[in-house]
Amino acid sequence: MQIGQVVGTVVATHRTSKFEGLTLRLLQPVDIDLVPYGAHILAADVVGSGEGEYVLYAAGSSARQTEQTDKRPVDAVIMAIIDRWDVGGEVRFHKFLGTGANEG
Amino acid sequence: MQFGKVIGTVVATQKHEALQGVKLLIVQPLLPSGEAKGRPMVVVDGTRQAGPGEIVFMIGGREGALVLDKWFTPVDQGIVGIIEDIYVATEAIPK
Repeated sequence: MQIGQVVGTVVATHRTSKFEGLTLRLLQPVDIDLVPYGAHILAADVVGSGEGEYVLYAAGSSARQTEQTDKRPVDAVIMAIIDRWDVGGEVRFHKFLGTGANEG
Repeated sequence: MQFGKVIGTVVATQKHEALQGVKLLIVQPLLPSGEAKGRPMVVVDGTRQAGPGEIVFMIGGREGALVLDKWFTPVDQGIVGIIEDIYVATEAIPK
């Protein structure tokens, strides 16, 4: 999976019926140092993420392995909302304490 | 499959229900030589024992979810095993 930040929502009234009831979020991929890279990604959201939150998304046919996206034309799905990640024992991101917040 | 080194962890309480109790680790992909190659990725730990610093091998795509008991889950990379040694038959490499 990769890390992304929710930067928007997409509303498309004219879409295939197969997209019924799916929330579509716009994601900006970021690396483990919170540096944005690459193009935006359009992902279905099955965990109720909000604007600005950092999430994990799965890509490819793995994205269809949820109730909401099974047998649907979806290749990216938000499957976790990140509270914190650390690298080499150092907290690089913490949802409530901000980035680079090293606990005591 | 590919090699990788566990360099960190991700904590996410709100996630797909099949991932409750599943460890999410940050892995730096490696070449067999041990050289880092490519962007770090977040993987599920199929062995439940991999920790930071360990060398593992992983499977990507939908098969990544098959490392878990509850495999119908949106996972695209999973740790299959923890590596102790890698033997490379140098003579087999064409000059």
